[in-house]
Amino acid sequence: MSTMNDGKPGDAGLVRIDGVEKTFRRASEDVHVLARLDLVVPQGEFLALMGPSGSGKSTLLNLIGGLDRPTQGTVTVAGERIDTLSDRRLADWRARHIGFVFQLYNLMPVLTAERNVELPLLLTHLGKAERQKHVATALAMVGLSHRAKHYPRTLSGGEQQRVGIARGIVTDPTLLLCDEPTGDLDRKAGDEILNLLQALNREHGKTIIMVTHDPHASARASRTVYLNKGRLSNEPVS
Amino acid sequence: MKYAHLVWGNLKRKKLRTALTLLSILVAFVLFGLLCSIRQALVGGVELAGVDRLVVRHKVSIIQLLPESYKARMERIPGVDLVVHQTWFGGVYQDPKNFFMQNPVEPEPFLTMHPEIILSPAERAAWLATRTGAIVGRNTAERFKWKIGDRVPIRTPIWGQRTWEFDIVGIFQGRDKGTDTTPLFFRYDYFDEMREPGRGRGLVGWYTIRVKDPSRAAEIARLVDQEFENSPAETKTEPEGAFAQAWARQIGNITLIVAGILGAVFFTILLVTGSTMSQAVRERIGELGVLKAIGFTPGQVLGLVLAESCTLAGLGGGLGLLFAWLLTLKGDPTGGLLPLFNFRTTDLLIGVGLCLVLGVVTGLLPALQAMRLRVADALRRL
Repeated sequence: MSTMNDGKPGDAGLVRIDGVEKTFRRASEDVHVLARLDLVVPQGEFLALMGPSGSGKSTLLNLIGGLDRPTQGTVTVAGERIDTLSDRRLADWRARHIGFVFQLYNLMPVLTAERNVELPLLLTHLGKAERQKHVATALAMVGLSHRAKHYPRTLSGGEQQRVGIARGIVTDPTLLLCDEPTGDLDRKAGDEILNLLQALNREHGKTIIMVTHDPHASARASRTVYLNKGRLSNEPVS
Repeated sequence: MKYAHLVWGNLKRKKLRTALTLLSILVAFVLFGLLCSIRQALVGGVELAGVDRLVVRHKVSIIQLLPESYKARMERIPGVDLVVHQTWFGGVYQDPKNFFMQNPVEPEPFLTMHPEIILSPAERAAWLATRTGAIVGRNTAERFKWKIGDRVPIRTPIWGQRTWEFDIVGIFQGRDKGTDTTPLFFRYDYFDEMREPGRGRGLVGWYTIRVKDPSRAAEIARLVDQEFENSPAETKTEPEGAFAQAWARQIGNITLIVAGILGAVFFTILLVTGSTMSQAVRERIGELGVLKAIGFTPGQVLGLVLAESCTLAGLGGGLGLLFAWLLTLKGDPTGGLLPLFNFRTTDLLIGVGLCLVLGVVTGLLPALQAMRLRVADALRRL
């Protein structure tokens, strides 16, 4: 069993992974991606999750974000077990608690930057004026107020990722999950994104879990854990 | 409504594809409107027939005449309220292509029998006072620019070689939109007197009977036919609706023909729109995955795809129905062959219903596919 607990004694942690296993069935073969994994992420931490391709980083992130269910074990976020929720309740839970930032930005090409940022707010009971206020704040936080009316195709990669981050934080989620947020950017744009994530963590207390294979990116996190062949460790695998 | 920009944005994603699909739906619904109007023109008389009216014709065929003396015998049958007769005149105005119906009738009982023919009291009085007087429907009067006081010549090959002249004393309106306002009616006494000898004097085309109690119509029809059994001119009595249907059936089963054409058209449109929607959803599996990741429920994703297909069908179908309505607004495009040509509100509502069905049916499979999508799988396909 691989255990990674950085919480204080008695601290349940914002995210708690207990004995999680994940097995995929490909053709007629079972592929074990995660093996009896334990992890605790305290509130306000900026955690980097590193590991080689195929080590199970994204699978673990999907389990924490309620996009997938473990084959065994439990996933608890903000005191709520999410591995037993129905699809419908899980969707509601994601809308309330999780902000996602993807490697390829994943913006809707048919919507402007502000409309993209507004998407998660459509799932709330906020009126149009309130939604616009939240969108303006989120865009201001990522420094893109002047590009609000622009479509993704007219924005640079770095700007698109900043719109992606604004979309991720606009509902003020409990947890921000970033899957290789700098993986598709050059060093300069990547640094800007990392500065932004660091600021969100330090100045706004946002809990962030970031999957990356870039040591330069993981250096910005407050803690780094390594995943190799479905097992966690505190040291990089040689 | 807060998702409208998302639905609209997705439709605008492939503008040419959306425009071509819209055009296909539009053409299908224009065709629907026109075919419904043609069907209405051909079989509309069946639906408009009075439930308390029976038509008595010669047992052999409608072109065989009946003695005018039958009228008095029919009036004596218990339950018969009113009897009028008409005869097919078959004339043309100036040119053979200027065909429309003209029938000699007895003005007073005829107008009582047909309250759907609206005539002013002055016009009614003028008709009763003028032996050569005729009343004509608004449609034909407008077509030939006739006005009250005009004398119109009409030739017929059936009742002698002479040209018949009628004085227009009234222009009638229809009580409702479905009333045929193309015929010309003139006085039977003038017709009978002016018929050449040997051209059927004292004979009429068919009778219309109004019964006192519609629930006894079948029984009275039987009594009428019994009355003239074994006579030289035996009769066949049927409800006015069945009589009108027999006229329409001379062309064929119109409803079946129209349904067949529309069925083929809509099946094609179903495939075209269904394929467009499937392609549209397949192309953005990843985006749907993102929507689900940020918290859209399976039901909301289903709703979004269905809203898209319904918007497509509603827009194309709505425009198609609007064009069809505009095209049929002027009435009969053939100048007399389809007097009841109009796009009924009922057909319009059926069209609206079809838009909805088209939207739901074409969107349902791709919407279910999107709804069942596993988020992690969809994100992997980006």
